[in-house]
Amino acid sequence: MATKTFKRPDGRKADEIRPMQAKVGIVPNADGSALFSFGDTIAIAAVYGPKKMHPQHQQDPEKGTLRCRYNMLSFSVDDRIRPGPSRRSTEISKITEWALEPSLLIKRYPNMVVDVHVNILQANASTRCAGINAASMALAHAGIPMKNIVSSVSIGKLDKNLVVDLDKEEEDFKEGEGSTDIPITMTPKGEVTHIQLDGRITKEQLKEAIELARKSTKEIYEVQKKALKESITT
Amino acid sequence: METTRITGERIKEYLEKGKRFDGRKPEEFREISVETGVSKKAEGSARVKIGKTEVIVGVKLNVTEPYPDSPNKGNLMVTSELLPLSSGRFEYGPPRFPAIELGRLIDRAIRESKFIQLEKLCIKEGEKVWGVFIDIYSINDDGNLIDAAGLGAIIALKTAKLPEYDEKNEKVIYGKLTNKKVPVSKEIPIVVTTHKIGDGIIVDPTIEEEDVSEARITVGGSVEGSLFSIQKGKSKEITIEDFNKILDVSEKTRKKVFSSIEKSLK
Repeated sequence: MATKTFKRPDGRKADEIRPMQAKVGIVPNADGSALFSFGDTIAIAAVYGPKKMHPQHQQDPEKGTLRCRYNMLSFSVDDRIRPGPSRRSTEISKITEWALEPSLLIKRYPNMVVDVHVNILQANASTRCAGINAASMALAHAGIPMKNIVSSVSIGKLDKNLVVDLDKEEEDFKEGEGSTDIPITMTPKGEVTHIQLDGRITKEQLKEAIELARKSTKEIYEVQKKALKESITT
Repeated sequence: METTRITGERIKEYLEKGKRFDGRKPEEFREISVETGVSKKAEGSARVKIGKTEVIVGVKLNVTEPYPDSPNKGNLMVTSELLPLSSGRFEYGPPRFPAIELGRLIDRAIRESKFIQLEKLCIKEGEKVWGVFIDIYSINDDGNLIDAAGLGAIIALKTAKLPEYDEKNEKVIYGKLTNKKVPVSKEIPIVVTTHKIGDGIIVDPTIEEEDVSEARITVGGSVEGSLFSIQKGKSKEITIEDFNKILDVSEKTRKKVFSSIEKSLK
């Protein structure tokens, strides 16, 4: 298992998340908005709605619809990204919806839609996690009824060692067994609303990774909660 | 969702007693049948049926420039089309999310497992490499296209051979296959999707079961015990306990599925 001597490229401890920043109300036009960052990875999210779903044939008379759009700004990475949706961003948009929806009481808004726009300003890996964290805060800030916010983190396996909150250099880690990326989103109760994995891992170590995510998402939750509280007291 | 609520409720009632409409047990897969060489034009191809669900997967190869971040490796691309012919639910037009996701799920299982030895598909570093295209088509959708597509992809790859390449004229001579197989590893990625419906956990859903499923976990792994790719789908949270149970179910299923198609991989 994890060797105690393993050194992360940027010197962080295995369970150390990069410095986080969380802030709400960053887009005055929106009904709710938030910024969330892990180090150099910065995501902003804005919520518009609930509003009537258009076109009408997309209306769901039984429940409201959550519609997320994940988008990276063209200059958020080294090689410019062509603007517009890609296969990757289409998938992450849907993953974001799935990660957020279990915590929302969106049933209360039949025929309506809640739009969540997530944009990555600057990317140094773990962008979907930062995006989900920002989006969940923005939904709370917009006053969308919810059970609670959700928190997202990427667990990495570098060679044989589990680490928290992968950055780009770690994502490209090549030594030994290479890098495995496991983004996970959880409710404060520890229920999994989203998990993905890319790489190579055993079942036993994956279970360990999930326990590590449980611990880290608690830390992230406190940061999100603090920012939301501050927005109403000041 | 086109399955009626009353059918959905009945599916859940049945599952509480450990039963399914088609008489299967929750962790029972439908019969899998495999046929290879279904297209003469493809460099490798396979038809996979799981019950009434059917997919065709073809592998095409070309010579192309490598991606800048992998100058000494072949290119891999997996796409899928959900043909309107395979279900009244699919329409023509640009690929929508389910088709995009299907391609990406299979892409990741194959890529992360390093099943294709892409470094052996380099012709001239930084200039010329083989490109491998895996294209998945649905022929009949009665649920669990994902697992069928995963099997189709690995079986088609296993049968794929490189066409002749005329270096002088820089042309691939299609139709003239060499004896060189597409280089693949021993460890084979098998994709198994597990669903949670009410308190029940099932594998290999029919289309109705897929409709009422609340959480979907797709796992790509090998019988040797490595997991390469995971994706949770659908809007319902699951407890860590349930997730661990699902990992166990999918491991058992992976072994069963592998042994039922093993002879097609020879």
